[in-house]
Amino acid sequence: MNMKDYIGIGVLALIVAVMPFAVGNDYYLGVLVFTALNCLTCIGLCLLLGYAGQISLGHSAFVAIGAYASALLTTKLGWNPWAAMGAGIVISLVTAVLVGIPTLKLKGHYLAMATLGFASIVHVVLVAAVDITGGPSGVSGIPRLELFGLALDTDTRIFYFCWALVLVALYFAVNLIHSRVGRGLQAIHGSEDAASSLGVNITVDKIRIFALSAVFASVSGSLYSHYVLYIDPGPFDVMHSVLLITMVAVGGIHSIWGAVTGAVLLSLLPEGLSFLSEGLAQFNIQYKTDYDTLIYGAILLSIMLFLPEGLFDGIRRSFSFFSKTNTETERGQ
Amino acid sequence: MKIRHVLTAMVAASALCLTSAAAVMAAEELHVGCILSITGKASWLGEPERNTVEMIAKQVNAAGGINGKKLVLHIEDDQGDNTQAVNAANKLIKKDKVCAIIGPSTSGTSMAIVPVVQAAKIPMISCAGAAVIVEPVAERKWVFKSPQKDSDCVKRIYDHLKTKKITQIGIITSTSGFGAAGRDQLKKIAAEYKMDIVADETYDPAATDMTAQLLKIKAAGAKALVNWSIEPAQSIVPQNMKQLKLAMPLYQSHGFGNLKYAAAAGDAAEGIIFPAGRLLAVDTVAANHPQKKVLAGYRDSYEKAFPKDKVSTFGGHAYDALWILVNAMKKAGNDPAKIRDEIEKTKFVGTAGVFKFSAADHCGLDKTAFELLTVKNGKFVVLK
Repeated sequence: MNMKDYIGIGVLALIVAVMPFAVGNDYYLGVLVFTALNCLTCIGLCLLLGYAGQISLGHSAFVAIGAYASALLTTKLGWNPWAAMGAGIVISLVTAVLVGIPTLKLKGHYLAMATLGFASIVHVVLVAAVDITGGPSGVSGIPRLELFGLALDTDTRIFYFCWALVLVALYFAVNLIHSRVGRGLQAIHGSEDAASSLGVNITVDKIRIFALSAVFASVSGSLYSHYVLYIDPGPFDVMHSVLLITMVAVGGIHSIWGAVTGAVLLSLLPEGLSFLSEGLAQFNIQYKTDYDTLIYGAILLSIMLFLPEGLFDGIRRSFSFFSKTNTETERGQ
Repeated sequence: MKIRHVLTAMVAASALCLTSAAAVMAAEELHVGCILSITGKASWLGEPERNTVEMIAKQVNAAGGINGKKLVLHIEDDQGDNTQAVNAANKLIKKDKVCAIIGPSTSGTSMAIVPVVQAAKIPMISCAGAAVIVEPVAERKWVFKSPQKDSDCVKRIYDHLKTKKITQIGIITSTSGFGAAGRDQLKKIAAEYKMDIVADETYDPAATDMTAQLLKIKAAGAKALVNWSIEPAQSIVPQNMKQLKLAMPLYQSHGFGNLKYAAAAGDAAEGIIFPAGRLLAVDTVAANHPQKKVLAGYRDSYEKAFPKDKVSTFGGHAYDALWILVNAMKKAGNDPAKIRDEIEKTKFVGTAGVFKFSAADHCGLDKTAFELLTVKNGKFVVLK
């Protein structure tokens, strides 16, 4: 079982390694950088949602905390970007614990509502605390990251760096899932009472995994800041949380690979549609971006109807030899 | 050995042929990118802008193109989203190889792609208002913008307040990018005009009632009120003022420049004073004004091409941006660096005002670009 995950990571690493040579245009790499950032957040979110069974509509807030920590500490206080990213992680961690203690006692819709409220509060603060966050005018002039004296200033370099982080995060997540903690989390997902009776400290475990997923989101936010070099509250509204949840759900919440599949699919979809519109334009068919929403809706609806376990599960089932052993062992745990 | 020489020569020759053929192909078309918020939360900006650039491209190509070369527009929709705008800019620059970019529509998306165009050395003319898009000029070598500056709008309002001998004012601004930038400028320029801001209130762009803020402003003893917003919520301020029987004069920003906002406020809108481009009140602009011909020309051709739509200032910003670019390309061809230098030398009579770009000024408009307008019988007219 574990072996398959490692093979998966290996295959993904290979794809990442050859990608810049395959695509031949930096523009696609730029799109894939944003894809990597979404993957990172979604891997964390999947640990929380799929394995521990706790829904969070507040992850845009952690992305925002990471992004703003990086942006503000580097531009206003002249910090080193890595130190700022570290500070973002610490702030996210502390915030997640503080928010997690009361909210993770809630269940189902109430937890969703509480985290949704948290995301709204963070967004309002970003907009209204003009003197600190720059308000709706945002923060510009954010420096780029540097790695061993090498500036991450080309799309290729940022692409490799971000995807390397995704691979590390995946490796970490896979190991976590198959550890004692991971099995404990899945037990919580199954039944909190049963898990508790078997000696799983459900409160601590839930808060831990919430904080961990917040860290993933925070790093993704920091990378966003250092890639786009300008941030305002726009990309970090509550709808971004919804998008993240959608990515995980579309891919399949019960597998970390599902989160990756969903993040990749939904990040590439807008570009795919614009590609489609260009193709149609050659046949003199006018495609308008207004239709995007319709197509999104249709895709989500059909996945939820026909592949309720997510896209990744669907793909896996179509390779039946792959699926049998997999699902069995997973259920067994 | 010999064969290898011959082969090398052949390869070199065919490569040369290919590149020159490619050069000829490229020379026949001029590629310009447009990043506009056609759908999403700022679609009321992007839609008329898209209509306008498509209309101009048709006109330019019908008249034989730019020096005989066809103008090809690559229009991208950023949906008002920063990430999409960055993707669009990368696509236009790296894939479509455009020589200049028009847009984006909003200040946020414009700021998001500034680092991209600066690094790629591609000129862009933003259609968004905030002054920070082009300032400081030293860090915005490749960035221009076509709308008027919000600071000039503030100056026109303060000028008028001075003639009325009002110095104690209240300000109420929305917490959007537009509102926040306006609030900054109102406070910054107040000292220069010896204005005393006795009350400084804000409201959410989605707010539905401003009674609480207005009561505070009344209690603070303001003699006039400045309302700064670009969202429909701004129409609630005059309505609330009427309900509260507040008699102080109300000034609005150029963000009020959409007849729908005046209509939404109904009777309460009568008498509101606001600085705006002259496009909104073409008919009441003096016949000998230098902009009169451009304004009437743009309005007539737009409303003829899009009979269901009314002309708006936002389409006007795209009109100015694209014509400034087309004029620069007539002299500079498709070389981004030369186009940039030409734009910086441009003098142009546009819909937003009379542009005069320079190395120190990438907006090119001053406060005369604004005219004080007022609402009279539900219509915008020049304030006499």
